[in-house]
Amino acid sequence: MKLRDIAHSRTGDKGNTSNISVIAYHEKHYPLLLEQVTSARVKAHFAGVVEGEVVRYELPDISALNFVMSAALGGGVTRSLALDAHGKSLSSALLDLDIEPASGDN
Amino acid sequence: MMRTIRIGSGAGYSGDRIEPALELAEKGDLQYLVFECLGERTVALAQQARMKDPDGGYDPLLEERMRAVLPVCAAKGIKIVTNMGAANPEAAARKTAEIARSLGLSSLKIAAVVGDDVLDACKDGDLPIMEFDGTIKQLGNRLLSANAYLGAEPMAQALGEGADIVITGRASDPALFLAPMIHAFGWAMDDWNLLGQGTVAGHLLECAGQITGGYFADPGYKDVAGLARLGFPIGEVGEDGALVITKVAGSGGAVTAQTCKEQLLYEVHDPKRYLQPDVVADFSQVKVEEIAPDRVRVSGGRGTRRTETLKVSVGYVDSFIGEGQISYAGPGALARGRLALEIVRERLKLTGVAASELRFELIGVESLHGAEVSSHAAEPYEVRVRVAGRTESLREAIRIGNEVETLYTNGPAAGGGAWKSARDVVAVASVLLPRDLAKPQIRFVGA
Repeated sequence: MKLRDIAHSRTGDKGNTSNISVIAYHEKHYPLLLEQVTSARVKAHFAGVVEGEVVRYELPDISALNFVMSAALGGGVTRSLALDAHGKSLSSALLDLDIEPASGDN
Repeated sequence: MMRTIRIGSGAGYSGDRIEPALELAEKGDLQYLVFECLGERTVALAQQARMKDPDGGYDPLLEERMRAVLPVCAAKGIKIVTNMGAANPEAAARKTAEIARSLGLSSLKIAAVVGDDVLDACKDGDLPIMEFDGTIKQLGNRLLSANAYLGAEPMAQALGEGADIVITGRASDPALFLAPMIHAFGWAMDDWNLLGQGTVAGHLLECAGQITGGYFADPGYKDVAGLARLGFPIGEVGEDGALVITKVAGSGGAVTAQTCKEQLLYEVHDPKRYLQPDVVADFSQVKVEEIAPDRVRVSGGRGTRRTETLKVSVGYVDSFIGEGQISYAGPGALARGRLALEIVRERLKLTGVAASELRFELIGVESLHGAEVSSHAAEPYEVRVRVAGRTESLREAIRIGNEVETLYTNGPAAGGGAWKSARDVVAVASVLLPRDLAKPQIRFVGA
């Protein structure tokens, strides 16, 4: 299944840094996020977009992860040549990530 | 009984819809209405406007917004807090007084908070820039503005001195909401946990429609009804920091645990350390609970001691950007689009256009996420060629769009709808200023 089936997401911007939240619809899927949506995978998924590092923060109380991606916005929102200078559309790309269902999950 | 105030969020950015703010004022049972209208770079652009006109430099929609909400706010005693002062809060306050008089509202007290302009202090200190190697002095005559993100204290003080309307320039966005809480409840400026929870409230409310269903809908997964008449949010805040996010009954959109969680993390980096002028807020233990339709309780915000520096937005002239676009459709559209990009790439070399950075891309194919992320997508019916480049002069920037436009008669078959632009880029960087070097002041203007 896709990450989109179990989680929702929003992108924010500050300077040349983008952050993407990944929030489980149901808390039972939070362990899947922890296990499979790693910083390394997010960095690989955004090859060609994110030039800097990806740091993951965990928020178990709301079953959410927050990814902070540096050098991700073409030099910064206020000077980028990109069509989507804020990177607002990035969350949708991340939700296309493949997720292995846990055993017994449907 | 615990005291509670209701704060409405009437705008999430400078160009935001106006009717939802009026709906909040009329039906929201509010004591405070906040308008957050000042983007990262807006204050630098406003500073340019003020240089041309000493009475200008405030938000271009100030008059329209104030005319829309002042009569009902005055009638109901709703106090307004806004950063629509941009680069000239005093002129914005004078303009607001003039509007109030023209509406027959003569008893309003209007306060301007000034002192966020710290250009001289930044120049004296020659502070290092956070985003790239260099200092303020090295920006030379490209430097336009330096504005400190002020905290809630001067705004709360203005409310305490009887202001009906408080107009600031650069201030932290959550602080616009924190100020009414500090004023109404007498929160101590070193009660870090309360200031942290108040910051959660301000942070959730500051983007207006983004917590009531805007920037959220994804048909089939996250459906939202009534986005064309989206209601803006209300924060019900108790004196102990208890918070419920809601909206006007019958307005469009939805306030749910999901919308609140997405907004909680919007533009947040380390959730344990959300740096604000008044507090280092900690969002890491926040809990979100739906207690009724369109009513969500948000608890658990905490905080630690504020830092000794204020973040300062530095506006500077960065470069110029030239751009051109043209469309291709039908069978072979993708191949013709790619051919067009190759032609423009070669033309820019042949004619010696001096660009330090260039992008060649197809809108509808790969322009948003790049070729690698987009590589699995099916071939579209139509594509739009886009070439953009950074130059040191407007003259060079213009040449980029021209090389796309000439594809009409020199490029692949059936290119249509060419468009071009060239513009200067005012960019924003940050420095950290010792907080005692910013000296906010309050100036009252009578209506």
